[in-house]
Amino acid sequence: MSTKLMNTPEKGASSCSRRNFLKLAGIGGAVALSDLAHASEQTASPGKGAKGVLVDTTLCVGCRQCEEACNSANRLPKPDKAFDDESALDEIRKTTPTAYTVVNRYNVDKVSVTRKQQCMHCVEPACSSACIIYAMEKQPNGAVTYRDDLCLGCRYCMVSCPFDMPKFEYSKAAPLIKKCQFCFDRQLEGLQPACVEACPMEALKFGNRLELIDEAKSRIYTQPNNYIHHVYGEHEAGGTSWLYLANVPFEKLGLPMLNSKPYPEMTAGAMSTVPMIMLLWPVLLMGFHHFTSGNDNAHGGHSNSRHVR
Amino acid sequence: MKKIIHLFMGDPKKMFTPFNIVSGIILAMGFTIIVMRLIYGIGAVTNLDQDTPWGLWIGFDVLCGVALAAGGYSIAATTHLFGLHKYEPLVRPAILTGFLGYVLVVIGLVLDLGQPWRMPFVMLFPRGVTSVLFEVGMCVTAYTTVQLLEFIPAFWEWLGLEKVRQFWTKMTIWLSAIGVVLSTLHQSSLGSLFLMAPTKLHPLWYSNYLPVYFFVSSIIAGLSMVIVESSVSHRLFSYRLSPGAHFDLDELTLGLGKAAAAVLYVYFFIKLIGLAEGGHWNLLNTTYGYIFIAEMIGCIFLPCMFYVYGVRTENAGLVRIVGLWTVLGIMFNRFNVSMVALNWQLTPHYYPSWMEITLSASLVILGIWVFRWIVNRLPIMSNEMPVVGTNTFKALWAQAKAR
Repeated sequence: MSTKLMNTPEKGASSCSRRNFLKLAGIGGAVALSDLAHASEQTASPGKGAKGVLVDTTLCVGCRQCEEACNSANRLPKPDKAFDDESALDEIRKTTPTAYTVVNRYNVDKVSVTRKQQCMHCVEPACSSACIIYAMEKQPNGAVTYRDDLCLGCRYCMVSCPFDMPKFEYSKAAPLIKKCQFCFDRQLEGLQPACVEACPMEALKFGNRLELIDEAKSRIYTQPNNYIHHVYGEHEAGGTSWLYLANVPFEKLGLPMLNSKPYPEMTAGAMSTVPMIMLLWPVLLMGFHHFTSGNDNAHGGHSNSRHVR
Repeated sequence: MKKIIHLFMGDPKKMFTPFNIVSGIILAMGFTIIVMRLIYGIGAVTNLDQDTPWGLWIGFDVLCGVALAAGGYSIAATTHLFGLHKYEPLVRPAILTGFLGYVLVVIGLVLDLGQPWRMPFVMLFPRGVTSVLFEVGMCVTAYTTVQLLEFIPAFWEWLGLEKVRQFWTKMTIWLSAIGVVLSTLHQSSLGSLFLMAPTKLHPLWYSNYLPVYFFVSSIIAGLSMVIVESSVSHRLFSYRLSPGAHFDLDELTLGLGKAAAAVLYVYFFIKLIGLAEGGHWNLLNTTYGYIFIAEMIGCIFLPCMFYVYGVRTENAGLVRIVGLWTVLGIMFNRFNVSMVALNWQLTPHYYPSWMEITLSASLVILGIWVFRWIVNRLPIMSNEMPVVGTNTFKALWAQAKAR
């Protein structure tokens, strides 16, 4: 009796359930792909070709020539305060949709330290894994570039980025995200990023990320009294392409204190339950349905006899 | 012509009620704000900035909207999957509320996006497959479709297409099951969104269990919303109940209250486990700690106790009040996660602009207007409609033919 009861609704619903199954399978396939994408991201980025920049804040004098070079390389509008106006350093500034890098002066225990900030180009970027349409692309050379032809402007990258680097054009009718692109086009031509080229103090050094980490460590080793014994960006958030050396604690230079867990892993666990729920829930629910409808045998083929659906 | 206006708008003489006038003004303001956003950008109408990319339109329109629309899948599962058929009179209003809720969520999201016209790309060329937001987007789209399919039988009935309706209802069980699957996924994923902000979300709210919390609390919000919505609509639209329909709403309300109390009870303890796991007990004695305690006691523990008391004393009126209280409590939680406790170290902290609030309010009003419009025409409140419903279409058709 019970088999017959169960068969009736299933038979009638087969056409729709197949369509819904395909729909589910489509999402399931997308989830399976996500693991592949994640895996390739991991293997591609910290490879030997990945570039980086070592910022030695003990050499930086806060001349803002990197800002000027960035401004002209990206053809951004001129700022209100000229680049040789030192009063710009009096307040802590943030990057904006029209300034992808800024230099700030921090007064730490009567020592003044200047630090350039820009997108850190994470080895495993939070923004890329958060983006609904993967508009933030991790390039083999380490750069995290932005596809302005794909972005929906949902700003989840801004929520996700621990360094608050993606900036949104709030005053535009069709706004986009703006941030440092690691001068990706210049790098393709074999040139250094514009800011690195412009630095007169050699505070910025462009090169292979892994070699720069060695370089940073050797500077610490040879001048142990000159530096905090830590290379910021070697492990933070799973590693960043831009690395910092300093002689004061990094948190006093406006850098967030992060552990070594890569950001894509924050949601990986939750995302991995998606296919499990998709496959297990229908079986569980239909099982429930089977057991509870067993008590309902007054209605033969009950799914047809019920009036409100 | 006059008859057609009457059919679509109702009696023009009865249109200018105080509620209609006030809500109409808010709707007009909301529309103006949408036009301003499209011309001058999101910054012109919101208090959002580079440090606070998400505000009321995500915290209320999307997070609260989705949570409060959970009544659809909760009641559909209760009735169709778990076999508690006595709740059937509540199914159609709950599905309609849920469907309209999701449509409003999508509208709210469209207004919050920078380039909303690119939304189809997400589905046509899926790229961001590691993204929690991608999963939310796919599930919300799929589930809105499922809810439309679940709602359509009422439409067939209105048209008098009985055979189509009967055929259509064969999907019911499957649609309910798929609805539960999709809801589990995206209700929880809305919580997972904030897993990406470990440095920005206050430690008392940040937990690896966020997706579990969002899912479990959506059941609470869904059940409580059905309590509130059924009591309001059965009072306002009692004339839409068929004369043959006699069910004891009080009894159903008490049943829902019992279920909500049980889930609230579990929710309280899993929240406590999250607190213990995080180990930030010292933060309880701070301003944010007091907000957290207010949420734990005032929005979870006390409603649970009052639900139990209301059910034990068979006081359906009290259960309805606690239902509203619980709905507000879950909203408080969503506000905390998405606004109050997010970027908690930021000074000055974000607060919504009056235009953001007005637009959110006008979305709610739009929902109420459309709900009222549909309930007054389609057989939502009960299936065995007085003849008016079935004949409206036929009358229209005859009129069109005569011309």
